[in-house]
Amino acid sequence: MSFFRLFTILFALIVSFQPALASRIADTDLSSRIVALGAGGFDDLEKAIANLAASGDDRVPAVLDRLGNGELVVRKADGAVFFADKAGTDFRLTDPVTGSDAGLAPKATVEKVKVNNRIRRTIASAVGALTLISPDPAVRRAAAEAVMKSADAAAIPVLNQAIATETVADIRAMMMAARATALLASSASEADKVAAIAAIADLGSRDALGFLSGYTSTEGAVGDAARKAVAAIESRLMLWDIGQNLWYGLSLGSVLLLAAIGLAITFGVMGVINMAHGEMVMLGAYATFTVQEVIRTSWPGLFDYSLLIALPVAFLTAALAGILIERLVIRWLYGRPLETLLATWGVSLILQQTVRSIYGANNREVGNPSWMSGSFSVGDIQITWTRLWIILFAVAVFLALIAVLKRTRLGLEMRAVTQNRQMAAAVGIRTPLVDALTFGLGSGIAGLAGVALSQIDNVSPNLGRGYIIDSFMVVVFGGVGNLWGTLVGALTLGVANKVLEPYAGAVLGKIILLVAIILFIQKRPRGLFALKGRAVEA
Amino acid sequence: MIISFLVDSLDRRGRIVVILLVVLALLVPAGNLLVPEGSAFHVSTYQLTLCGKYLTYALLALSVDLVWGYCGILSLGHGAFFALGGYAMGMYLMRQIGARGVYADPMLPDFMVFLNWKELPWFWQGFDMAWYAFLMVVLVPGVIALLFGWLSFRSRVTGVYLSIITQALTYALLLAFFRNDMGFGGNNGLTDFKDILGFPIQAPGTRAALFAASALMLALGFVVASAVVRSKLGKVLVAIRDAESRTRFIGYRVEHYKLFVWTLSAVMAGVAGALYVPQVGIINPSEFDPSASIEAVIWVAVGGRGTLIGPLIGAVAVNFGKTWFTGVLPEIWLYALGALFVVVTLFLPRGIVGLWDRVVSRRAKPAPDVDGSGRQAGEAA
Repeated sequence: MSFFRLFTILFALIVSFQPALASRIADTDLSSRIVALGAGGFDDLEKAIANLAASGDDRVPAVLDRLGNGELVVRKADGAVFFADKAGTDFRLTDPVTGSDAGLAPKATVEKVKVNNRIRRTIASAVGALTLISPDPAVRRAAAEAVMKSADAAAIPVLNQAIATETVADIRAMMMAARATALLASSASEADKVAAIAAIADLGSRDALGFLSGYTSTEGAVGDAARKAVAAIESRLMLWDIGQNLWYGLSLGSVLLLAAIGLAITFGVMGVINMAHGEMVMLGAYATFTVQEVIRTSWPGLFDYSLLIALPVAFLTAALAGILIERLVIRWLYGRPLETLLATWGVSLILQQTVRSIYGANNREVGNPSWMSGSFSVGDIQITWTRLWIILFAVAVFLALIAVLKRTRLGLEMRAVTQNRQMAAAVGIRTPLVDALTFGLGSGIAGLAGVALSQIDNVSPNLGRGYIIDSFMVVVFGGVGNLWGTLVGALTLGVANKVLEPYAGAVLGKIILLVAIILFIQKRPRGLFALKGRAVEA
Repeated sequence: MIISFLVDSLDRRGRIVVILLVVLALLVPAGNLLVPEGSAFHVSTYQLTLCGKYLTYALLALSVDLVWGYCGILSLGHGAFFALGGYAMGMYLMRQIGARGVYADPMLPDFMVFLNWKELPWFWQGFDMAWYAFLMVVLVPGVIALLFGWLSFRSRVTGVYLSIITQALTYALLLAFFRNDMGFGGNNGLTDFKDILGFPIQAPGTRAALFAASALMLALGFVVASAVVRSKLGKVLVAIRDAESRTRFIGYRVEHYKLFVWTLSAVMAGVAGALYVPQVGIINPSEFDPSASIEAVIWVAVGGRGTLIGPLIGAVAVNFGKTWFTGVLPEIWLYALGALFVVVTLFLPRGIVGLWDRVVSRRAKPAPDVDGSGRQAGEAA
C-alpha cells in the first residue's frame, strides 16, 4: 500500500523539517484549529485537518503526525486536545501548542481522536503540502512526489504558493505535475484538465503512467488527451525496456562467450568434444572460492583483490586439469570423436564427485569485492557493476585469445597442427606437446570463466552442467573453428534469449531458442561462419 | 511366414537370449507368486519390480545399439523417446484414476484441478482408452523421431553435430515438461496410479504380469532388431556406419535407411518407457535429463556396441551396479560410473561381449578384426 510508505517518508521529512524558518500564527488561533480536530465525525475531522494545514504553521506537521499515529486525545471534561503518551495505565498529556506538560490523565477521562485510512491519506497530503516550502530541496522534491501520488485537490493552493517561490527547475516541474494531478482529481474546467494532463505527461515516469491510465476511459477532451499521453509515455518506456533487455542480453551473451570460448578452442580448433568443459568452469569457480577463503582467514585486507589473485590460480588449476585429461585420456582417442565424448563425460562425473567430496554438495559463498557491488542507472536502464565487469572481462579474454593465436609462436603452431597435422609434424612441430598445450589453454580459459561466473551464479558441483549445452550451442551455431563466429554466436543467443523472455517467459523462450538452433543446424550444418576450403574435408 | 522369417534371422546366440527371456518371463513371476516366502527360490515383489525395471532399460539400450552400433548414429537423446512413451502410458494411467484422486474430479487429474483448469486439454482426450494410449506410446516417439530424423538426415547432419542436437532435443523437452502450463504435471510429473487395464497396479499379480510383459517385449524387440541387422538393409546400415559417403556414391539413399532405423529405434525406446512407468509408478521430467540419455549409451558401450546382446548385458550389469553401489557406498557410485565411461572407451571398445569373444577365440582360432580400423575414416568425415 503506497500511502503507508508515503506516510513514513513524510514522517522522516517532518523530523528534518523541524528547525525550518519559523512561520507561525497566533497560539490561540492554532489552538482553536487543533481543538476542532476533536469535535465531530470523520468528515468534520477532514475539514479540520485542511483548516489546520492551511495555517502553514510549523507546529502543524507534528500535530498531524501524532494524529496519524493515534496519539491525539480529547479531554472529555472540556474538549481540549492533547498529545498523549502512555504512562502505565494512564496517559501523560502534553499541550500541542506550547509543548508544556498537562499532567497525568486516567484512561477513562480522555478519548482518542479516531482516524481511518481516508483520514491518514488526508494527513499525508496535508503534511506533503506543508513540506513543499521546506528550505531543503530534497525535502521539497520528496514532498512534491508525495503530493503527486495522493492527488488531493486540497493541496492546490499550497502548490501554487510553492511553485511561485520554487527556484530549482526540475522540482518546479515536479510540483507543476503534482498540481496537475491534484487538478485532475478536482472539479476544474476541461481545458484546465487537458493542460494538466500535458504537464503530467512531460514527466514520463511510471508514476505518471499509472496515474494517467486512470483517466483513459474518461469521455471527451480529457480522455483523449489522457489516451494520447499514455500512448506517448508507453512508447517511450518501451524503448527503455528494449534498451534494458538488450543490456541483459549483452550480459548473458558475455557469460555465454566466456563459457564457450574455451570450448571453441578444444572443439573448434582441435575437434575434441570435451564434455568435461563445464567442469573446468566449475574448477575455476572453486579455485576462486578457495582463494577467497585463504584471504579471509589470513589477509583480510586483500579481499578486494581476491578476484585478481584468483584469476591466475583458476587459470592454472583448470589448465593443469585439462592437460592431465588430455595426456591420460583424450590423446588415445584422437580421430574417434564419439568415444572422446563418452570418455570426457566420464571424466566430468569423476570431477564433479571429487569436488563434492572435498567441498560438500552445498552451494559455496563467493563474495563480491567492493568495486564490483552496487549499480547505477543510465536513463531507465539499471546497470550492475558485476555485469559490466563481466562484459569487459569477456571482451578482454576474447581479445587476449585472438592475440595468442595470431601473434605468438604457440598460436602459430596450434594453427599449423589444426590445419595439417602430418605436415606440421614433418616441419618439426612437436604435435603431442602442442595438443596438450592447446587443450590446457582451452581449459584454462574455462577456468577464467569460472572466476566470472562465481560472481553471478551458485558455486556448486553442478555449476558446469548448466553451461555445457549452451556452450555447445554457441560454438555449433557460430561455426566450428572460428573464434569470431563464437563471439557472434554468443551475443546473438544471449540477446535473442533476453528479447524473447518478456514475450514467451524464461523457459519457453529458451525452448524456442533451442528448437531454432536445431532447425538452423539443419539449414547450415557447419554453423554461421563455416570454414571453407580444404579444412572442411579434414 | 513372418514368424519363421524372424526366427530364422536369429543366430545361435540370439536363440539362447530369446529362450532365456521367455523362460525368465515364466519363472520369475512363478517364483514370486507360487513359491512360498522363505524358500530359496522365492522372488520378492521388490526384486521382481527391480528386475522388470532392468528389462525395460535393456530394451532402451537395445534401441540405442540399433542406431549407434549398426548405423553409427550416436544419440544422446534416446531418453527423450523413452520418456515420451512413458508419458503416454502415464497419461493413460492418470485417466484410469478417475474420481479416486485427492480432489475426486471424475475427469481432471489432480494437478489440473490444483492449477484451476476447468476442462481436459485436447491432447489428453482419448487417453482413457487403452488402445488409443498404447497407439500413442508408439506414435508419439515415432512421429517426433521421424520429423527430427527427416530434417537432420536430409541435410546430412552427422557425427558429433547430430549427437549434440539430439542432446539439445532432449534438453528442450526437459525444459518444456518442467513447465506447469504444458499440462503434464510439471516438476512432479504423473504419479499415484491406481489401475492398469482394470487390474490394481500395486497387486503382486499385476506386477508379475508387467514383468512378464517386459521380458516378452524385450524378446520381441531383440528378434525384430536381429531381423533388421541380418537383412540386406542391415548390411547397408553397417556400410553407412563404416563409410557413409561411399555408400551414398554407390547409389543407396542413405537418409532413407537412417530414417527407418532411427524411427524404429525411437519406437522401441518409447515402448520401453511405457513398460517402465507402471512398474516404477512415476514419470517426471528428470527422465528427459541429458545425463540419463548418456547413461543409456554407456550401458551399450559396456556390454558391447553392435552386438545386440551386449546392450542387454550392459544395461542389467550397470544398473545392478548402480542399485548396489547407491545402497552400500553412494559416494563411490559416480566415481565408478565415470571410471566406467573412461575405461570402457579406452580399453574395451567392444565391451563385455568383445572381451568374451576374444577369450573364446584365443582358445579356438584367431578371429578377424571386427573392431574395424576402416571405420575411422567414415566417422571422422
